[in-house]
Amino acid sequence: MELNKDQTVMSEDKKPQDPNPRFACEGCSVLLDVNDGDRLVFARLSGGAILKIGNKNYSLKPLIGAPFGSLFQVETGEDGSFLSRILPIKQENSSNNVMEDSRDNREIVDNNEAQNLTGEEIEAMRREGAKGDEIIEALIANSKTFDKKFQLSQEKYKLKKQKKYAPKLLLRRPFARSICEAYFKKYPARIGFLRVDALSLLLTMANVTAYSDVLVVDMVGGLVTGAVAERLGGTGYVCNTYKGNSPYPVEMVRMFNFSDKVLERIVQSSIKELSSANTASPEGNNQQEGVCNAENNINETSSTSDIMVEEISATTEAGVVDIVVPESKVIKAAKAGAKASKETIEMWRENGFSSLIIAAQDQDPWSIAKDVLPLLSYSAPFVIYHQYLQPLATCMHKLQQGKMAINLQITEPWLREYQVLPSRSHPHMQMSSFGGYVLSGIRISTT
Amino acid sequence: MLPTESKKALSFKRCIEDGDLVIVYERHDVMKPVKVSKDAVLQNRFGVYKHSDWIGKPLGTKVFSNKGKFVYLLAPTPELWTLVLSHRTQILYIADISFVVMYLEVVPGCVVLESGTGSGSLSTSLARAVAPTGHVYSFDFHEQRAVSAREDFEKTGISSLVTVEVRDIQGEGFPEKLSGLADSVFLDLPQPWLAVPSAAKMLKQDGVLCSFSPCIEQVQRTCEVLRSDFIEIRTFEVLLRTYEVKEVKMDTSSMVGESHEEDNEGMRPCKRKHRSNEDVTVSQDNSSNATSVVMARPCSEARGHTGYLTFARLQCLA
Repeated sequence: MELNKDQTVMSEDKKPQDPNPRFACEGCSVLLDVNDGDRLVFARLSGGAILKIGNKNYSLKPLIGAPFGSLFQVETGEDGSFLSRILPIKQENSSNNVMEDSRDNREIVDNNEAQNLTGEEIEAMRREGAKGDEIIEALIANSKTFDKKFQLSQEKYKLKKQKKYAPKLLLRRPFARSICEAYFKKYPARIGFLRVDALSLLLTMANVTAYSDVLVVDMVGGLVTGAVAERLGGTGYVCNTYKGNSPYPVEMVRMFNFSDKVLERIVQSSIKELSSANTASPEGNNQQEGVCNAENNINETSSTSDIMVEEISATTEAGVVDIVVPESKVIKAAKAGAKASKETIEMWRENGFSSLIIAAQDQDPWSIAKDVLPLLSYSAPFVIYHQYLQPLATCMHKLQQGKMAINLQITEPWLREYQVLPSRSHPHMQMSSFGGYVLSGIRISTT
Repeated sequence: MLPTESKKALSFKRCIEDGDLVIVYERHDVMKPVKVSKDAVLQNRFGVYKHSDWIGKPLGTKVFSNKGKFVYLLAPTPELWTLVLSHRTQILYIADISFVVMYLEVVPGCVVLESGTGSGSLSTSLARAVAPTGHVYSFDFHEQRAVSAREDFEKTGISSLVTVEVRDIQGEGFPEKLSGLADSVFLDLPQPWLAVPSAAKMLKQDGVLCSFSPCIEQVQRTCEVLRSDFIEIRTFEVLLRTYEVKEVKMDTSSMVGESHEEDNEGMRPCKRKHRSNEDVTVSQDNSSNATSVVMARPCSEARGHTGYLTFARLQCLA
């Protein structure tokens, strides 16, 4: 029932069918980057949507219609603070002669007396409508130590104050890349510690491309399903398969701005349905499906309530990944993951899937692989992701022994980010040291 | 190579035909691309294989030589192609390729510019990502290399998705006609900073640029230039560690109590290794002291550096 309602809402909104929309329209999903990645928030844009920065609420209305990539800054007007679009200032290469700066930290004493302005004075400035930049200037003018600082520390000081008094917000398009990064940063366990470079390997090694039929076992909240659908662009199919009777939740698909054309290509079907030959009596089949549907509904309601919990908690604790819900009317994206039609299942039985991705947390990779691998065409590539090495090693060994696949390999991606600045380039001081393991191979015909 | 040509798409029913490109797989590190031709033969150290024997067989099957040795015939994918293509230049490998395609946010329908074409390793993956309606414009200043790349794209069946042009991008910039049309730009040039201003002109607003450079000095200069028109400038290094998996017999008898007298020599590893065969025989009798375990460890050698990947997003001014 609810599904139908959602669909009507969507069609009224006239969601753009452009495969690569460049403007944030009302009702679409956006990623908000506060202060250069300090905080990442997913939101669905509407007139009533609100984002909390610091201790103030800001309406997201000014974002509607703005191109992705626009920058916003907090401004204070007569009716209080609001978000206002700013055009970036061209940065000149000012810091080229850093090495000649001979100042250092010998005269800096950490006694908390460096700042002459008091908290009350700053608050008073704000009440009088001072701009963030003006407050920062005042802070610098009243700092006893600012002039003594090394040029780079001065820049750092300014940046720190800017983040507090003049927060910036970047409007970004949600993509598999940014969604994965945001989750990896805040809730890595929910996506099985699948880092963005590992996700990119899965898509590459599974040869995901338009018009392919990709079988996935997605127990990472729909991240893999969404990433595959993004690469299919409304062609082929991504079929989410599962053990037992209830499909795994794929609620993260909502974060992508998928058109209905793309969403139609996301389907689900149990391993049993996909594997069973046409021998089962039709009656038995119907009964089975009745049970499935009932359980699906239960599952859907429970997963929806999970999301609500997440949304509510997001407003109380300012997390890196929050979900902002418009206060008045909840506009939801169309549901993905309809049941695969009989005809489609029949087609897969005849042709086989063109590739397979398994990202199943808390499941033994081999026990899934042995059931789903026969559903693949010969010469089809497959990848199995896991956060632990041992089960993949066992799985690889069994595939070798069973002569089911060739070109088997376990790889672990390693990713390091660099700070690149004039005379100050070096790897980041902190890095993620683990992004998961990937077992890849090619299915062969054993006959 | 891509399922956009529906009759060539992978399927249980899909059989090898005269004229198909297949990858002949001997071992994970011995593969070869072969164009099936009914009168031709393939000769390797295992003997002679007649192509005519292959026609009508499904992909992913074993085929035998006159000496009874077999190889597998596989459908080409951009990954297999990267392993078998002829290296006219240093090429990009799977870890960098995957990361670049993901970070450039390339999806079906995108327009991507690339320079240089090199051996076409990345171009093939870009073509797969933009298919069926997008396009890759690839530029190389080397005439011969451009010709070879075109021939390769013809062979792999992606020529409708990739256009190769001879052009010195560092010197002349990208052609004016593509101005404002590119979703993403990829640069693999000796002096990428020279091409950055032109790349900025080609990109749509919010479009992403990537520059691949082996040396940090190149990255340094590129980033300095990028700062005037781009935001979110980030530099990464991505590598792969591969694992070998083996079934190993492990002696699980404890050092005290149930052990054999030889265990006293456990301090001398050489001697112990020597005896391991006997241990296994003994354990089979007792059926408790040695168990076989599947274990994994990283391979001893790996590629230690390929290049730095710098990404940047065109500032949104409109």
